[in-house]
Amino acid sequence: MPAAGVVTIVAVVLIVLALVYYLVSTILALRKITDGLDEVIASVGEIVAKSAPVNDVVADINANLDAAVGALEGLLVKKAGMGDALGLVDGIYPGAAAQGFRDFPESRELTPPRIAEVYTRGTLTLARLGREAPIAVTSPAGPALRDPAYGSAAARTLYSGARPARSPVIGTGAPVQYEEREDVGKPRKRFTRTKFV
Amino acid sequence: MTLWWIGNAVLLLAVLPVVVYLLHGVLGASNSIVPSVRRIADVAAAGSKDLDATALLLTTQDQVRQTVAGVAAYGGSLDVILDDHEEA
Repeated sequence: MPAAGVVTIVAVVLIVLALVYYLVSTILALRKITDGLDEVIASVGEIVAKSAPVNDVVADINANLDAAVGALEGLLVKKAGMGDALGLVDGIYPGAAAQGFRDFPESRELTPPRIAEVYTRGTLTLARLGREAPIAVTSPAGPALRDPAYGSAAARTLYSGARPARSPVIGTGAPVQYEEREDVGKPRKRFTRTKFV
Repeated sequence: MTLWWIGNAVLLLAVLPVVVYLLHGVLGASNSIVPSVRRIADVAAAGSKDLDATALLLTTQDQVRQTVAGVAAYGGSLDVILDDHEEA
């Protein structure tokens, strides 16, 4: 056999060996990919099976909650009136009255009264520091928050400089009343006696 | 004979490197897919495990129904007890 024939055979053998090595390695890699995809398909099947009833269940929960909210809002409007109901809701959740009641579209156009104005956080702070705050005397969490006999000193700590014209003191003896009522100081209004059968 | 040698040279210097280069690229691409598929499988398994709690939604659904029924009964009682609002 001539030398050229030997070289040809060697070249072909080298090419075949390269083909075998790389193709077998590729086949092994593809088998690993197939095994991994089998695991993925199994997990995805579990996800699909587990999440299938979620839509119906959540829709049922929302329907029940919507019905309950609608009924409670209707009861609140029926008993307190539209204006006071909006004021109460807006006092508990500031800004919620803008959304109105879901079964009363006209409630979105109304301006809620400021029923809960007195229950702001600043007022609570003043109530704690005020001279007549019962929370300072009978604090359930431990000792009193301040000495009730010298409560004005605690109130003064609210202002680093000179005390402004308005007073943070609240109560019946406060110089500034948050709600000035015309019947203060007059005899209490007596209700007519109702006879129950 | 000369053409034979030229053919051998082409086979060894051109065909064999090209074959090796192409097959090496295919093998590299295949091997790069394997870890990605492994990570996807792990994430899918973790997602499936996270959804184990969805069965509790049935309990939540039942409790919401009971709660709404209780609220409805309570609201009915309040409707009887409290007077309706009267416009001034």
